[in-house]
Amino acid sequence: MAPLIEIRDLRVIARGEDGAETEIVKGVSFSVHRGEVMGLIGESGSGKTTIALASMGYTRAGCRIAGGTVRIGETEVTSLDAKGLMALRGRRVAYIAQSAAASFNPSRTIMAQVIESALIHRTADEATATAKAVDLFRALAIPDPETIGNRYPHQVSGGQLQRLMAAMALITDPEVVIFDEPTTALDVTTQIEVLKAFKAAIAGRNTTGLYVTHDLAVIAQIADRITVLRHGAVKEIADVEALIQSPADDYSKQLIAAAEPAPRLGAEAAPAGAPLLTVSGLTAGYGGVTAEGLPHIPILSDIDLAIAPGRSLGIIGESGCGKSTLARVIAGLLPAARGTITLKGETLAPALAARTKDQLRRIQIVFQSADTALNPRVAVKDIIGRPLTFYFGLTGPARDKRVRELLDLTHLPASVMDRQPGDLSGGQKQRVNLARALAALPDILLCDEVTSALDTVVAAAILDLIVELRRELNLTTLFISHDLKTVRAICDDVMVLYAGRMVEKLPAAAIAGQVHHPYTQLLFASVPELSTGWLARSGAVREGQIDIAAMQVASGCAFTPRCAWRKAGTCDSQRPPVAANGAGGIIACHRPAEALAGPPATD
Amino acid sequence: MRRRQPLRWIAPAIVIFWLAMTVLGPVIAPYDPTAIQDADLFEGLSRTYLLGTDYFGRDMLSRILAGARYTVGIALVSTLLAAGTGLLLGLAASAIGGAFDMALSRFLDALISIPSKMFGLVVVAAFGSSMPVLIVTLAVIYVPGCYRIVRSVAVNVAALDFVTVARARGEGTFYVMLREILPNMIGPVLADFGLRFIYVVLLLSSLSFLGLGVQPPEADWGSLVRENIGGLAEGAPAVITPALAIASLTIAVNLTIDGFFGHRQGGH
Repeated sequence: MAPLIEIRDLRVIARGEDGAETEIVKGVSFSVHRGEVMGLIGESGSGKTTIALASMGYTRAGCRIAGGTVRIGETEVTSLDAKGLMALRGRRVAYIAQSAAASFNPSRTIMAQVIESALIHRTADEATATAKAVDLFRALAIPDPETIGNRYPHQVSGGQLQRLMAAMALITDPEVVIFDEPTTALDVTTQIEVLKAFKAAIAGRNTTGLYVTHDLAVIAQIADRITVLRHGAVKEIADVEALIQSPADDYSKQLIAAAEPAPRLGAEAAPAGAPLLTVSGLTAGYGGVTAEGLPHIPILSDIDLAIAPGRSLGIIGESGCGKSTLARVIAGLLPAARGTITLKGETLAPALAARTKDQLRRIQIVFQSADTALNPRVAVKDIIGRPLTFYFGLTGPARDKRVRELLDLTHLPASVMDRQPGDLSGGQKQRVNLARALAALPDILLCDEVTSALDTVVAAAILDLIVELRRELNLTTLFISHDLKTVRAICDDVMVLYAGRMVEKLPAAAIAGQVHHPYTQLLFASVPELSTGWLARSGAVREGQIDIAAMQVASGCAFTPRCAWRKAGTCDSQRPPVAANGAGGIIACHRPAEALAGPPATD
Repeated sequence: MRRRQPLRWIAPAIVIFWLAMTVLGPVIAPYDPTAIQDADLFEGLSRTYLLGTDYFGRDMLSRILAGARYTVGIALVSTLLAAGTGLLLGLAASAIGGAFDMALSRFLDALISIPSKMFGLVVVAAFGSSMPVLIVTLAVIYVPGCYRIVRSVAVNVAALDFVTVARARGEGTFYVMLREILPNMIGPVLADFGLRFIYVVLLLSSLSFLGLGVQPPEADWGSLVRENIGGLAEGAPAVITPALAIASLTIAVNLTIDGFFGHRQGGH
């Protein structure tokens, strides 16, 4: 049988602002049979999205298909006129974008948008299409399938919106569905639900798919075969299992190694001495304080932590759990409403303005996105040089010399000194970002999702750098991440936050242990593993349709509504006690450690 | 893009020409702009009087060239004043924030709500029409607009992480304003400056046309239109030529801004 999608020698050319043309897809060929899902994997700039879009005859502004053929069924897509493309798109080929939130029109109801393409292509009348949409909602395990269509996009969660977008794509029974990183923007606990829904919907309809992602573990769950792309060229095409077990290409091997970061720390002696940074009873939030001295919109409540010199504490949790806020509070950017922060025995004022210059110097914060963390109008040597001048009064050649040392320390060539951030790659920018923080000779480095915006392979290199810096400079770090694999790879201890509260603190070595807080268990279980059967093996996940903001002010345990171990009458009204879990960690839960090690039980 | 190539040079050339005339205008004018010539009133275009003569029989070309000093000069100084004040206040509001930002924004919003011609009328009626009064009045009218633009751009820049990093480092408000925020908003501020200049030219011309602007015997382009309005029925060029000067200046400034900033911003 002839393949359904047949791409031959596809070439796409992009025109830069200066008019220069670059080939961004360089002769890519592959084919996908009916009912098969092809994964397209690669780092940013590999051309994976460009190829997926080209398969429906679309190129982004400034790009054009310069050669090759794209055939879907009997249709040659590259030779279609505007009318032909209109008939193809949304009818025979549908597209699911990364950000459903940006793809829905906020001023129309969900149902009107889901059935729109069926009405445009006249595949069904409104009543039939609506009935079909409800069936699709049900198939995609969307809650309240009968009524959710009457809501507006902002009234449903991100994970639901992503599945609603899948319903929108499937409403016309397209032959091909393009998934463009549809779960990348979601938390892992949400991602697993969405992946399960996609998988079921694809299998049930015998849909042919192109699944674009940078995440090998995700694609391993969905795809049948994988095309590895780099710089617009195919590196390897293989069955999923074969690729994971025995990648043939060097780049594929790198990708697989980076997908499962190995712990980078040797066994170290337990640190002696007083903690460098202590945080106790920390409560912080936004919107002014109430009469009781609590913030109107609480983000963090009662956080305690201590980091010994040279240690690394990982803070992990889903978006909105307050992990970034914690870094901002410690740095003084957001004054704490309650609680104390002590650095080397010295109590720090909550507000930035009340701290001394030296106290500010000793805490440095590194932000996630080097694109926004570096002033685009300032040369690298001035970005790194400013803290040197500001804190140490270095100028002229002495400053340049130190800048060069810092560039060397972060493995950047001295030639970047006079360049502006826009001329650097993502990885280089993040190194400059780190070098600037190190220029202040900080006691503690607060790293806020420093690898999240980077490609897997580049992120792995940055993690290596951070570990190297820790070793060489005996740097103490607070490492904030949503990614368990990253934290496990470079941290000594891990603190799990949920809705602004500490639910568990454990040594990184104990992550593999059995006794965990119910939320920690859910979080750990949701992290995709690099093996094909993981999604099928992982158990049912409780729908995460929870208003985090409401849970932040709950009097009991914030995790109660999602908890599989909850005790009615206790968990929803009383703050959980904090107890040792027997493996070097502490857990905030009403259930004893022994109960948490066993199967879930509610009463 | 190629089609617009000539326009991209013509417009800046006209702008530069009028700017040069603010200094050179009276010098290169063929006649004394205030001297009554040996000619008919409202004479048409001729070899002797290239743009004809006005209602007193004065040479129009000389009067327009001399008027450039007032129209372009006053507008430029007022716009600089308005843009400078707006820039300073807008940056301060974004860098300081809080109650300062709130109070300043509401105060300037209140100023915006006063109709500009009405405001000019009241001020001129109260203080009389003189060059300093005109300049300050025009500047005051346009400060709120400049402030709004600057503040909205600056607030977006101020929310970026590199500004947060500078704050966390302990940098002062002035450093944050001038080194971190300002360099990243030059483009929009310059574009707004050009547009604002056009508004000022038009408002000044309107005030002068109403007799509230530059006073006789001096005349800016708006006054020239007013003076010669009597020639409208005769179809005298003296009515239309100063208006054409206003149009050429404002359109040229507009096209110049588009040429510099239009395609850069549309590139994404």
